[in-house]
Amino acid sequence: MRAGLLAEGVVGGTRAPLDRGALLQLLGLGLAGVVGLGALLAVLSLWTGSGAADGVDAATSTVTLALSEEPPQLDATRTTDQVSGRILGHVMEGLLRYDARNRLVPGVAEIWEIGETSASFRLRADAVWSNGEPVTAHDFIFAWQKALDPANASQYAFILYPLKNGEAINRGQLPPSALAARAEGDRTLVVELERPVPYFAKLLAFPTYFPINEAFYRSREGRYAADAEDLLYNGPFTIARWVHGASVRLEKNQRYWNADAIRLNAIDYAYITSDANASLNFYKDGKIAMTGLNSENLRDALQNRWNIRRFTDGSVFFMEFNYREGRLTRNWHLRRAMQLVNDPAELVYKVIKVPGNLPGASLFPVWLKGVRGYFRQEYPAPTTRVNEAEARRHLELAKEQLGLTEMPSLVMLTGDSDSANKQSEYYQNVFKRRLGLDIKIDRQIFKQRLAKMTSGEFDIVMAGWGPDYDDPMTFGDLFASWNENNRGRYANAELDAAVDTARSSMDPKVRMDAMAEVQRILHEDAVVLVNYERGSVYVANPQLKGVVRRAVGTDPDFTHAWIEAPGQPSDLAATEHPSAEAEGHAGG
Amino acid sequence: MGRYILRRLVQGVITVWFIATATFFAMHNVPGDPLQSDKAVSAEIRANLEARYGLDKPLMEQYFIYLANMAQGDFGISFTQQNREVNDIIAEHFRISAALGILAIAFAALGGILWGALTALYRNRLPDIVIMLLVILGISVPGFVFAGLGQLGVVNLNAALGFTLFPVGGWGTVSHMIVPALVLGLGTMAFLTRLMRSSMLEIANADFLRTARAKGLPANRIFRKHQLRNAILPVVTVLGPSIAAITTGGFVVELVFAIPGLGRYFVQAVQQSDYTVIMGTTVFYGAFLVFMVIVVDIIYGFVDPRVRLE
Repeated sequence: MRAGLLAEGVVGGTRAPLDRGALLQLLGLGLAGVVGLGALLAVLSLWTGSGAADGVDAATSTVTLALSEEPPQLDATRTTDQVSGRILGHVMEGLLRYDARNRLVPGVAEIWEIGETSASFRLRADAVWSNGEPVTAHDFIFAWQKALDPANASQYAFILYPLKNGEAINRGQLPPSALAARAEGDRTLVVELERPVPYFAKLLAFPTYFPINEAFYRSREGRYAADAEDLLYNGPFTIARWVHGASVRLEKNQRYWNADAIRLNAIDYAYITSDANASLNFYKDGKIAMTGLNSENLRDALQNRWNIRRFTDGSVFFMEFNYREGRLTRNWHLRRAMQLVNDPAELVYKVIKVPGNLPGASLFPVWLKGVRGYFRQEYPAPTTRVNEAEARRHLELAKEQLGLTEMPSLVMLTGDSDSANKQSEYYQNVFKRRLGLDIKIDRQIFKQRLAKMTSGEFDIVMAGWGPDYDDPMTFGDLFASWNENNRGRYANAELDAAVDTARSSMDPKVRMDAMAEVQRILHEDAVVLVNYERGSVYVANPQLKGVVRRAVGTDPDFTHAWIEAPGQPSDLAATEHPSAEAEGHAGG
Repeated sequence: MGRYILRRLVQGVITVWFIATATFFAMHNVPGDPLQSDKAVSAEIRANLEARYGLDKPLMEQYFIYLANMAQGDFGISFTQQNREVNDIIAEHFRISAALGILAIAFAALGGILWGALTALYRNRLPDIVIMLLVILGISVPGFVFAGLGQLGVVNLNAALGFTLFPVGGWGTVSHMIVPALVLGLGTMAFLTRLMRSSMLEIANADFLRTARAKGLPANRIFRKHQLRNAILPVVTVLGPSIAAITTGGFVVELVFAIPGLGRYFVQAVQQSDYTVIMGTTVFYGAFLVFMVIVVDIIYGFVDPRVRLE
């Protein structure tokens, strides 16, 4: 700037004649530049392909959507994440599957029989791979052995432990061939179980239990599942095109045994972005048929008067205490004091403010099924009423027992997302205001937080848990002393015994009574403070029908979805999301 | 000239080695590792995973294995995209970042030179004031704001027009590139405008301009041949690093416009402690930056005969 001011006087005299000529020259230069840019664009366009269609297309029965990330792992034996699970749930099929009403229905297995320590499956004759070969009993055995093989290092191998010798194989004590599963011909699969597993049928719909064609797997020489052509499909859809980082296009599998029941021709995940606002913009522009909302862009959606839908996505979030030697949080009075000032309703309605979240009352979420109906209706969660005076009394007792005059500050380990910030700051404030307790927030990015959780560098950690299968046990064994996910190393023989009862008895009543016992101990011993059950809110194109949202399994599930021609009255709202309705309102 | 290039290349290799070494040890010193996952695994599975990725060896041994592999151009397999080689990730996604970056830099350079020359021409008059105000905005407003606003603008524009003029995002056709490239190039354009302006004005009182005028050369010729051409030199200098910065700094734009570029992998790898991708992208970008600087230095010799490459 200074140079400019100084220079002015020197050339000032020549300004007028220079101006016009120079301006014309600049214009000429600009024009040449724009032409050059056009040429550049033309060259660059050689690098790229074609554009994407609209969110819903009734003529071609295509639905277009966005993914939050590239599916990281489509090898079913090694997959761990939701996005991969969503894709696999559409392109693969296990012995059993969930229908639109969340009931277990036949998949590859036509008939099955599950006893106390054995199970047998009769495979349907018309189940074929996308290359035309039949899906055989051997394909299941191969996949299971692969998943349990220690060399494969599958993080979900544990879900196969109910199979006899499964755990021993995974720990390297037995070879994979020792798995007690055998094929009687191509179409009969017989497995032995380690112990009675009351929820075994529900595990069979899980991706780790999906089959793999051995010959094909070997032919890929370590590249299995790396690209669309490195997979064989046996589900309702196949991956027609997979451009890494950009898009995944699923098309109807004409060889699927139940292809007649599939109405969509294509599910086109045409965009990949983790930015929620960008997704909403795609939705606004009509490019995608469905998108999730967060607390920031919810208002935007409300202003547009869109029909906002919600469902309980199954995850439960809580504060977990550290019970390692030397931690103050081992003291029950301290935990009880914090429990007595914790008001999850305030957190949910005044801090998080996303509709669909439920204030946490129990580690067991409302949608879990009990003996006949819902678990939480049969065994209501014990309640705590906020009581500051009582809480302060417990805090004094804690100090007394610990021999402290002043309570040192506690470290609260948390993630680095906006909502994690909000929640941890809220609790910092609550514990300070109501108890005079100082909380030091330790904010960490994902992997670092996990590392600190594993090594126990915290007093309190904000954690969450999502279900793997549709049984209270998926939450119930979380604080068993042997569970690796019990990050605070809580150990209680009484709770362990209850978990043991629930996982080995075949009597639903006995099992649920034991789970209720776990629920009681978690509350009375103030093992965790449950914050909330997460709800998801989303908007969807009204022409898109029959999408299933669920807490356990493929979500969202487009298997039985269809697209209504534009202009038709949408009178199907009531039947649109059967499971979402059922789950969203249960107990709420 | 040949010796100069050779010397610069050797220096470049040493720089890249230094980047690789520093990144390697910094990365391993951050708490957490790529094998941490939401659900805890047993010690046995953990050991199997470590063996699979070679993380069970002592750090120095890992470092030398890493250097040996890197020398052969092998960056290994990604931890998060478990079936993809880092080389494939770089090859597939860098060309997208590069296409976007080239277009952005073309926008930025063209705009920067034109606006800069224009403001110098109209110094302290209305066009100058307006453009410089915009320049300050362009420099100070962060990229993610432009990206968000740009996308929202496209949504509203399409809604107003009733048809899709520019796609809201994604990657596929030329029309997918224009808005993101503009957004990505804005900051650099503003920076280049300011640079061009001051450079134009600095040259305005140079001796050779006075001489040219004294010789009675036509004003147009003086402007084009003497002032403009000389004023572009500093712009060319910063263009090299700018190209590198733009092709590597597109993370936010790539995220917002759902563009499968390398910038996303570069940033997300750090968040996920994806060791191999961190190393691959950092070394690749480091080498790219070093290379661009060398290229610019060589080009400089051609543009400005006074600079001798020795």
